[in-house]
Amino acid sequence: MEALLRILEDLHPEVDFATNKSLIDDKILDSFDIITLIAEISDEYDVKIPVEEIVPENFNSAEALYKLIQKLQDED
Amino acid sequence: MLFTSYNFILFLLSLFIIYYIIPKKYQWMLLLAASFFFYSFSGWDNVAYITVTIIATYFAALKIGQLHLQQESYLKENKGSLSKEEKKAYKEKVKSSQKKYLLICLFFDLGILAVLKYTNFVISNINSISRIFNAGEISFLDIALPMGISFYTFQSVGYLVDVYRGKYLPEKNIGKFALFVSFFPQLVQGPISRFDDLGHQLYSGHGFDFRNVSFGMQRIIWGFFKKLVIADRILPAVKTITQNPDTYQGIYVLVGMVFYAVQLYADFTGGIDITIGIAEVLGIKLKENFERPFFSKSTAEYWRRWHITMGTWFRDYVFYPVSVSNAMLKVSKFSREKLGEKTGKRVPVYLSTIIVWFATGIWHGASWNFIVWGLLNCLVIIVSQELEPFYAWFHNRFNVRGKFIFKLFQVGRTFLLMSAIRILDCYRNVPVTFRMYWSVFTKWNINELFNGALLKLGLDKADYFVLVFGIIIMIAVSLAQRSGSIREKLSARPEIVRYAAYVGLFISIIVFGAYGIGYDSNQFIYNQF
Repeated sequence: MEALLRILEDLHPEVDFATNKSLIDDKILDSFDIITLIAEISDEYDVKIPVEEIVPENFNSAEALYKLIQKLQDED
Repeated sequence: MLFTSYNFILFLLSLFIIYYIIPKKYQWMLLLAASFFFYSFSGWDNVAYITVTIIATYFAALKIGQLHLQQESYLKENKGSLSKEEKKAYKEKVKSSQKKYLLICLFFDLGILAVLKYTNFVISNINSISRIFNAGEISFLDIALPMGISFYTFQSVGYLVDVYRGKYLPEKNIGKFALFVSFFPQLVQGPISRFDDLGHQLYSGHGFDFRNVSFGMQRIIWGFFKKLVIADRILPAVKTITQNPDTYQGIYVLVGMVFYAVQLYADFTGGIDITIGIAEVLGIKLKENFERPFFSKSTAEYWRRWHITMGTWFRDYVFYPVSVSNAMLKVSKFSREKLGEKTGKRVPVYLSTIIVWFATGIWHGASWNFIVWGLLNCLVIIVSQELEPFYAWFHNRFNVRGKFIFKLFQVGRTFLLMSAIRILDCYRNVPVTFRMYWSVFTKWNINELFNGALLKLGLDKADYFVLVFGIIIMIAVSLAQRSGSIREKLSARPEIVRYAAYVGLFISIIVFGAYGIGYDSNQFIYNQF
């Protein structure tokens, strides 16, 4: 989780990712951020986030995103 | 049958009455019949094209959905006996079969669109090259683009891909699916709806609700106001300027840009207001397609607020799949190795952006004007992304962020930039457009704004008064919308105020609308895309 928070904070240092639960709904993360994030996550966690998982529910909070990463790691 | 024709108004009124008389369970059938009836006015060959797309997409999605269900039940039955690797291999096998159906259907749906929309464009380019070598030329095909084909094809493709991604199961009833693709209010110019948002609303049946009907009617009237009082009224001036580039240069080009921005906004948002209003009368809520785009402070923001359903379509079905594709991941790795972490990271993002904007451009029309229009938008977005460090420095150095005057500057800048790029819609070709851009800087004729020349563009004094009146109302409504729905606000006011507003708007359309005896209103601009 720390690594993920670090990646997110690199993207938007001004946002408190530990508490924010509406990163997509509040338009904090845009599509550029999403694909940059996916590339970073692929490097850090060695999982490929498939396109069907790019939905607001998975990207609205760091916690949801981390859960997705864990799910994908389990499936691998 | 144009939205702005008397026949259409008659068609609508009859539909509304029958819709609320018949039992709810038959309402979707009525809408289907009405949609095909409406579409048949554009030609029976067009009906054939949409039917083929409906049938192909319906069966492909059904097959993909069946494979999803088979996989689910197989995995459930063999939950204990399969290893992780076996499960994965089985899933991959199913996915590969699904992909075959997906690709065949995409090839088919997009193939129809491509052949009908781009064949003559390709021929014209081949002929241009042939001319250089004095070779023979190919004659053009005599095909007309079916009305709304880009919109219904995209809607069908979105549905198919969503079923493939497992977002929802396919619709089993082909009639219901046909209604989703052909729902008549959105055939002309969108919005591009998603099945999980629209489907259940189309099929569920709706009782008469006074609020829906009156809000819907108000929205339709507001759409007519924008289309007839503003868009169609300003059109002659836009035509005069852009169709006579040798005469109208310098300051006229700027005037043309601003006028066309006003025309396009009033035309497109007006058309969408009519569409959303019709659906609302029927008890169906369509997705909003605009969020006051001309108040945007940057190009990227503008594109999040203009033609939203097209933007999100390209994002979900082109930008994301391209960005996370294996090919792009390889590009990402390669560019990071060769160019360093920081620069290399941006290469795949920008490459995907270029692909999306190229696609967006060519979707709008089969001409170089639209391709260049798309790529110029892309260029502005990438340049502003690259200038981020400069913006950060600027805001640190000068404390202007959030100040009203600075916001106004940003809004004005974005409006002018978007209007300048958008004028590519109107000029004959790309070189002429760039010659006109150049003339803005080289031909100083601002004095002509004050010598009565504006009255020779096809608009007289009365036209300008009507336009100024219409535009002021449009801007005032947009400003007031920032704090919530105008119709909600109006409904809270005393009846006298409310009805004065409705009647005022209605009379304005009758009195100031750009029509008269024998006047044939213009088709919506986005209908050609």
